[in-house]
Amino acid sequence: METVQTIERTEAFESPWAGGVSPFKTSWQKLMMWLFIIGDALLFAGFLAIYGFVRLASPSWPNRAEVFHLELIALMTTALISSGATMATAVEAARRGHWRMVVRFLLLTLAGGLAFLGMQAYEWSQFIAAGATLQSNPWGVPPFGASFFLITGFHGAHVSIGIVILLITAVRSATGRSRAGGLELAGLYWAFVDLVWVFIFPLFYLI
Amino acid sequence: MIPTPIGNATPHATGFWRRYIFSADHKVIGIQYYLTAMAMALVAGALALLMRIQLTWPGIRLSWLGKLFPAGMPGGVMTPEFYLSLITMHGTLMVFFVISLALVSGFGNYLIPIQIGARDMAYPFLNMLSFWLVVPACLIMLGSFFVEGGAAAAGWTAYPPLSALPQAVPGSGWGQTLWLLAMALFIVSFTMGGLNYVTTILNLRTKGMSMMRLPLTVWTLFFAAVLGLLTFPALTAAAIMLLFDRHFGTSFFVPGGLFVGGEIVPHEGGTPLLWQHLFWFLGHPEVYVLLLPAVGMTFDVLAAFTRKPVFGYRLVVISLIVLTALSVVVWGHHMFVSGMSPYLGEFFTIGTMLITVPSAVIGLCLIASLWGGCLRLTTPMLFAIGVIALFGTGGFGGIFLGNATSDIFLHGSYFVVGHFHFMIGGVTLFAMFAATYFWFPKMFGRSMNERLGRIHFWLSLIGFYGMFLGMHFLGLNGLPRRYYAFTQFEILKPLQGMHLWISISSFLFAAASFLFLFNFFWSLARGSRAARNPWEATTLEWTVRSPPPHGNWEAEPPQVHRWAYEYSAPDAARDFTPQTVEPDGAMAPK
Amino acid sequence: MGVIFNILMRNHPSTLAAATTGPLQGRSHGLLLALFCLLVPFLCFLFWKQHQPPPVASEHGAGIDLMINYLLAAVGGLLLVGHAILAWFVWRFSRQDRVTFRLATVRTEWKWALVPVVLMLLVAEGGVLVFGVPVWKKFYVAKAPANALTVEVTGQQFVWHFRYPGKDGLFGRTHVKFIDDDNVLGLDPTDAAGRDDLIVNGQLRLPVNRPVRLRLRSKDVLHGFFLPSQRVRQDIVPGMLIEVWFVPNQAGQFEILCTELCGLGHHMMRGLLQVMPEREFEQWLNQNHS
Repeated sequence: METVQTIERTEAFESPWAGGVSPFKTSWQKLMMWLFIIGDALLFAGFLAIYGFVRLASPSWPNRAEVFHLELIALMTTALISSGATMATAVEAARRGHWRMVVRFLLLTLAGGLAFLGMQAYEWSQFIAAGATLQSNPWGVPPFGASFFLITGFHGAHVSIGIVILLITAVRSATGRSRAGGLELAGLYWAFVDLVWVFIFPLFYLI
Repeated sequence: MIPTPIGNATPHATGFWRRYIFSADHKVIGIQYYLTAMAMALVAGALALLMRIQLTWPGIRLSWLGKLFPAGMPGGVMTPEFYLSLITMHGTLMVFFVISLALVSGFGNYLIPIQIGARDMAYPFLNMLSFWLVVPACLIMLGSFFVEGGAAAAGWTAYPPLSALPQAVPGSGWGQTLWLLAMALFIVSFTMGGLNYVTTILNLRTKGMSMMRLPLTVWTLFFAAVLGLLTFPALTAAAIMLLFDRHFGTSFFVPGGLFVGGEIVPHEGGTPLLWQHLFWFLGHPEVYVLLLPAVGMTFDVLAAFTRKPVFGYRLVVISLIVLTALSVVVWGHHMFVSGMSPYLGEFFTIGTMLITVPSAVIGLCLIASLWGGCLRLTTPMLFAIGVIALFGTGGFGGIFLGNATSDIFLHGSYFVVGHFHFMIGGVTLFAMFAATYFWFPKMFGRSMNERLGRIHFWLSLIGFYGMFLGMHFLGLNGLPRRYYAFTQFEILKPLQGMHLWISISSFLFAAASFLFLFNFFWSLARGSRAARNPWEATTLEWTVRSPPPHGNWEAEPPQVHRWAYEYSAPDAARDFTPQTVEPDGAMAPK
Repeated sequence: MGVIFNILMRNHPSTLAAATTGPLQGRSHGLLLALFCLLVPFLCFLFWKQHQPPPVASEHGAGIDLMINYLLAAVGGLLLVGHAILAWFVWRFSRQDRVTFRLATVRTEWKWALVPVVLMLLVAEGGVLVFGVPVWKKFYVAKAPANALTVEVTGQQFVWHFRYPGKDGLFGRTHVKFIDDDNVLGLDPTDAAGRDDLIVNGQLRLPVNRPVRLRLRSKDVLHGFFLPSQRVRQDIVPGMLIEVWFVPNQAGQFEILCTELCGLGHHMMRGLLQVMPEREFEQWLNQNHS
């Protein structure tokens, strides 16, 4: 979506942020996306805070090296982070009007996201096969499994929603119905999903 | 030329459905919210009356009510589980589905665009969606009364393990699950609304409407929305985890080694205190989400009926900023004796005492706004003065509870009940009445009846103080809240007399509210026609016809040349100067 | 439906002129409202005369009472002054037919803002720092003296259980798997320390003037342990062992209330506290230990 309003700063009257001139000189769509991201980030912050609380309150915590395949996790992370880079390229291409390039890079981003989801599904299936459930797990205290499934699942759901958004954007871009503003919004969301993983990754797998 | 600041609104939608039901017009949505809140208030109020009857005449047999609630009141005698459902649902409905909906969502939607000179909210479709998410939330909440085990019964705070274990209390069966689902819908809806509010206020102000020219109503709604956006995620996360605890066997809030209802609870590893922290991280700011818009609207009403500017506009804005910031770091004062670290208790008590400072500054500005004015004691003005009185009384009560040491004795007593009813019951309700009488002419093009309005005011005022002033002192006696009856304890028996007076007052208040409802609906059809600006007020909404058309402004959006409180300015032709008037005194071109 | 909504939201031209209200409207209401404002502090005083906390019966309770009484006096004073000012303003300015104010300058506004800032810092913040925090520290932060008697309190829907450690001074281990009708607390039968534990239902006996350390536990849900006369209140959290200590300094019989919603019988979860002279207490303890 294009920015609907053009801001005529000279027209606005004196004093800070006079009408029509927003504090960050962005369109309302972008501002709203930012606010949504802040809210959603706080939701993840809530989950991670609970995770930290539960973990500190537990007498012991499973040994990460035994539980996780760090090679797989590294691959997952790489896939997601690189998809962030391709998305940024797509946004920039849209800004310059190279729509074929946009579609190409959107497809690359999609591939990265799907690869991430696929590997996560594989990881989950391995866990479940090993006997981990929400109630208990073979490696230690029950909250480990519960918080793992809940938080990575919640992040996975965000990635899935992102993939749907990317698909729609790709189709619209291919048929010439997308605008640079819209791509920027999708890009913001995808960057946010990446960023959340950057927090989840060390908190679950490294520390 | 001025670009139209609407996004993808479709102006002048025709047809009944698009116009009144699935409307994207912020004014229609505001009124829809308001009417929904009114319906929920009827239910929540009725629940309160049932509670009062039980507390005053424990075990009384009301056979006609037995027919209405065959499970909750078999033979007309209330069961304890039904009483617990009543307190839970009364609290939940009043906080989230009455006051939030009417003040923040109802008046917020109606007033924000029109007071900042926008044609609509930034994203009208999202706005409509947020209303249509609240409707199922309301229906689920109400429907939970009729599932097996009855509605949720763990209090509006839903403390686990009581709320997490279905065997702990009957209402923790499906009732609690439905409660959580309805709350989730409400939170999603409220978040959508909040996104719209903040974006609209920041980005869609009309030409010349700088932040320091905004009416205080808009300022307070802005901070309410910001607070909601910042704090609701905590409850969302907690609610999702509680749902998992209840249905998928996780143990975030349930520790191991519990023995409930003759069985060992299979959970292990959680802690109930975590829920309390997360709940109050939202729960305390939620108080300000309700309170701030009430105060803001009171300022606007005061200015119009004192015929002078409010006192300390800048002070109020600064206090609002400080209040907003402090309110997210004082949640622990609800948990002084909950078992959290006593060092945290010290931190929270000092923080809470600090929050009295901006609150008191706002109180001062409210009172000082009267100074030198020429008071027109119309119904909205009477209610606005009522707000000042209630804000004072209730606020002073808060000092007792925010203080960890006195809270050791007063926590969980009727002092708390009295205090929070003054703040989030009285201040908000009286402000809501003031706002209704004040903006009714704008909303519906007709005025409400003054005579009935004044009777309503006096009955409400007497009824309200009769209900809740005495409760403070019952708390000073040590009377605990959430008791189904006070018959089991020797020290509580002598206090029964006060309950009679509280109940009589509550009936008075209920009667007054019916008077208001009658006045509201009667005036819709028969009230005298209202002009554009019946109260001679200055803000933008009074410059358009009543009720305003879809899109608010007939031609171009207005230009703003002055702040919102230009009353009785020297050298002005009249004692009010609308914001659209240019500095030299000439009317701005239409 | 449509008709109702048409009435609700009809657009009609604004035909009538403005000004349905004139100056000096509702003078009598101003006087009445002022009187009502004056009535509120007076009512508070009357209520307070009749409703006061039960007489204090513990050592630290005096400190809590001092805090409450200080607040009652200081905040009550503010309440009186505040309502008097409001009453005066409402009465005074509802009687004039034109405004009489000067627009406050920024300086004036700030000067006046200092009044509530200083008042609140002194009354609220100062009050809690001077009277409140020391008592809080004594009740919660300080450790119980060495000679304190230790009693375990267990909350259960909807009764209180009290456990005395016996001669060895040690509580036996408990586990949920041992709980049955005869073993309400789930004492581990293999633990020797638990053999001489004395478990009493519903009635807590304590010696007067000796510090008591209470270990609070719950079998099921949250409970609130409240001794109104002793000014002791502590929520009991399942999964946590919370300790409080106090010194009962009045002999007599008192009631124990549950003050955290715990289910259907919350309102009848009554316990008794019997504070008795030390000798009588020892006698009772010896009689009941097998």
